[in-house]
Amino acid sequence: MHEHVLQEPLASPTVAEIFIGFLTLGLTAFGGALPLARRELVERRKWLSPDEFTDLLGLCQFLPGGNVINLSVAVGVKFRGVAGALAGLLGLIGGPSLIVIGLGVLYQRTHQDPHIRHLFAGLAAAAAGLLVSMAIKVAWPLRRKLWMALIAALAFVAIALLRLPLLPVMLVLTPVSIFIASKANREAQR
Amino acid sequence: MSAMNHDLVSLAAIFSQLSLLAFGGGNTILPEMQRQVVEVHQWMSKADFSALFALAQAAPGPNMMIVTLVGWHVAGWPGVIVTSIAKFGPSSVVTVAAMHAWERFKAHPWRRFVQLGLLPMTAGLVAASAALIAEASDTQWVLTAITAVIAWLSFKTKLHPLWLLAAGSLIGLTGFGQF
Repeated sequence: MHEHVLQEPLASPTVAEIFIGFLTLGLTAFGGALPLARRELVERRKWLSPDEFTDLLGLCQFLPGGNVINLSVAVGVKFRGVAGALAGLLGLIGGPSLIVIGLGVLYQRTHQDPHIRHLFAGLAAAAAGLLVSMAIKVAWPLRRKLWMALIAALAFVAIALLRLPLLPVMLVLTPVSIFIASKANREAQR
Repeated sequence: MSAMNHDLVSLAAIFSQLSLLAFGGGNTILPEMQRQVVEVHQWMSKADFSALFALAQAAPGPNMMIVTLVGWHVAGWPGVIVTSIAKFGPSSVVTVAAMHAWERFKAHPWRRFVQLGLLPMTAGLVAASAALIAEASDTQWVLTAITAVIAWLSFKTKLHPLWLLAAGSLIGLTGFGQF
């Protein structure tokens, strides 16, 4: 980590500060928490240097689970061990959980009303649109990589059309996909 | 009471498995969540599932808040607590464990192959999520049009998602094209 030697020491938050930090992040992040997470952790609170943030995010994207959720655990454990991890996670999901339950109750009580039903139909259609756009963004880099595109297409067919369970699909396709990635890489290096 | 306990055990089993399979973020496991919640356990219709997904998108926080809503819908507060622990616990334990090993394995060539290999899986699974959620949400032509326009705007512009959700809701509220 030679690049950090010349930087001033970064702040080392307490368990309470970790909780408050991620509570704020959870309550203010609309439509994906990742851009805001960088601003909060690196620029505003200065808990992480830009390099440390990129490094931790790389780990969190690699592991199963939501990226920002993993980030809250990773940042917590980095500074305050398991107590810090719990503080980060509970801070991040605590506020949004209560809000979303409130919205759920509101929906349950009002969804018989035709205006509310129409509004929700529009909201759900828009949310589906955001998901379609995300799917295009994730798939876009694969458009000229035949084998990777084929694996993606197989996963789509198995899950969306054949409605197969996720576990066996992943157990079959993931090793094949990793094997192709490693083979393509060796050929590129030759 | 035993039916409720049975539901809680099922929720715990489903979401702890999803927790460990969610490579590439939360949206990759939506199809399996829908399959379990709608088809296998029949806790709700697929239209209800899409409505919960939309609610969770409109709320602040990480994009997996539909998990909390499913728990609430199935079993109230105990359901919320069980699904939250099951969904966020196992992946968090993996994260804590991996923090200790990360310095060693991040430079390993296999890490990059695994990451590259997971990329097409993520692409296929997010596309499956989009197809299934859109299929359940777009029951009228006007709703299909909203999905298409919002998808295009979100792909082409930097408009904040919240504005796009608000725009879709307002068009929906007019009732135009909905019968």
